Amino acid sequence: MLQPFHLHEPATVDEASGILRRLGDEARIYAGGTELLLAMKQGLLRYPHLVNIKRIPLEGISFDETAGRLRIGATTTHRAVERSEVVGGRFPMLASMERHLANVRVRAVGTIGGNLSFAEPHSDLASVLLLYNATATIGGGSGRRTAGIPDLVVDAYTTTLAADELLIEVEVPALPRGAGAAYRKFAFFERPSVGVGAVLVPSAAGDTVEEARVAVGCVGPAPRRVADAETALKGAPLRGTAFERATAEAAAAVRRACDPVDDLYGSAEYKRHLAGVFTQRALVAARDHVAAGGSG
Amino acid sequence: MIRPAGAAEIGDASVETVAIEAEINRRRVRAAVPTHRTLLDFLRDGLSLTAAKRACDVQVCGACTVLVDGLPVSACTYLAFEINGKTVETCEGLARDGALHPIQQAFVDAGALQCGYCTPGMIMITKALLADHPRPSVQQIKDYLHGNLCRCTGYKKILDAVLAAAETE
Repeated sequence: MLQPFHLHEPATVDEASGILRRLGDEARIYAGGTELLLAMKQGLLRYPHLVNIKRIPLEGISFDETAGRLRIGATTTHRAVERSEVVGGRFPMLASMERHLANVRVRAVGTIGGNLSFAEPHSDLASVLLLYNATATIGGGSGRRTAGIPDLVVDAYTTTLAADELLIEVEVPALPRGAGAAYRKFAFFERPSVGVGAVLVPSAAGDTVEEARVAVGCVGPAPRRVADAETALKGAPLRGTAFERATAEAAAAVRRACDPVDDLYGSAEYKRHLAGVFTQRALVAARDHVAAGGSG
Repeated sequence: MIRPAGAAEIGDASVETVAIEAEINRRRVRAAVPTHRTLLDFLRDGLSLTAAKRACDVQVCGACTVLVDGLPVSACTYLAFEINGKTVETCEGLARDGALHPIQQAFVDAGALQCGYCTPGMIMITKALLADHPRPSVQQIKDYLHGNLCRCTGYKKILDAVLAAAETE
């Protein structure tokens, strides 16, 4: 049962920031509400004030072709990202992840900014943005600043956003030409218990891995890139037993790094095993994507 | 004009209300809703529109699915004040002049319900699906309906009903 709260509807980032500064812990930003209202209904969180930021023009998707950068405003819904032509064409891993996020109702209401700011550990979005080396633009407080995803989402339900700051947009650089990318997850119902993504950038000759990116999320408190897995893949051939060996090594690195927790979705041991399996599947899918021409 | 019931709280000075005006099932509705009132409570208790059901209450099961400006939402976790200036459709608004909507008729013809509790949500999500994909593939149907649970587990006939509705709509 939701408890009564006072509603604030600022029209600008500065106005929102001022309200948040004044009310401190008494207030929380409200956008789609798909995470926040759930937690408030269950009595896990209680805020006497909600600050609805949907009157601030923070919604929209644009792509700068020259810079190769996608911008997604904080109050853009998952549905808008899922159905965006430019996202589908240039960022197919992001589009595919969005198509499979939660359910169609959550996607119609839930926002990109809310997902990142709430930092629910089972978020697919943060893992995928990590793979694109995305950055977040943060406003309010003492002015604008940018932060990489690892410097924004730091722990379960924990970000580096100050009390009077809010997310403005995320900027997503396109992957290098020819890159293959894939995200694989394992989920009961809505919340994935394991999510692993991989990006493989082929060399100029197209037969080896120039750059590899591997991220694992949902298993532990916050998603993370796995440097040991990326090192194991760098320079590896894209096919044959050498590729299989490199993916096995990468999977072992992800199993070591993934920091799983026991919960109702599975034991830590089980999730660790799955993280390895899904690493190999994501890598094979990314490799196949390279073979099919790649990019995104 | 429908005047919602259950306005007792509105006199309570500690409860903040928002004045809203919306179109619900083709009728204008004006109301002062408490900020924390969910759309599901507003529809069921305020307007006696009880097609949308409360089941999981955590936007997983789809029994409370209604359309807001054509998009499906979980009314259980959606604040009523958000419908201000918008259009809301519930299962009650589908039939016209005593004739069932083609989706409703398809569910009846296919026998796509057992206890019926999930059915209004299934029908509304089907309406959203057919608006996005008038000729959906089986995979597209599954993508939209996987967030709507039937505890009687009669999914096969629901799938048949959606396919039939796509033919007749």
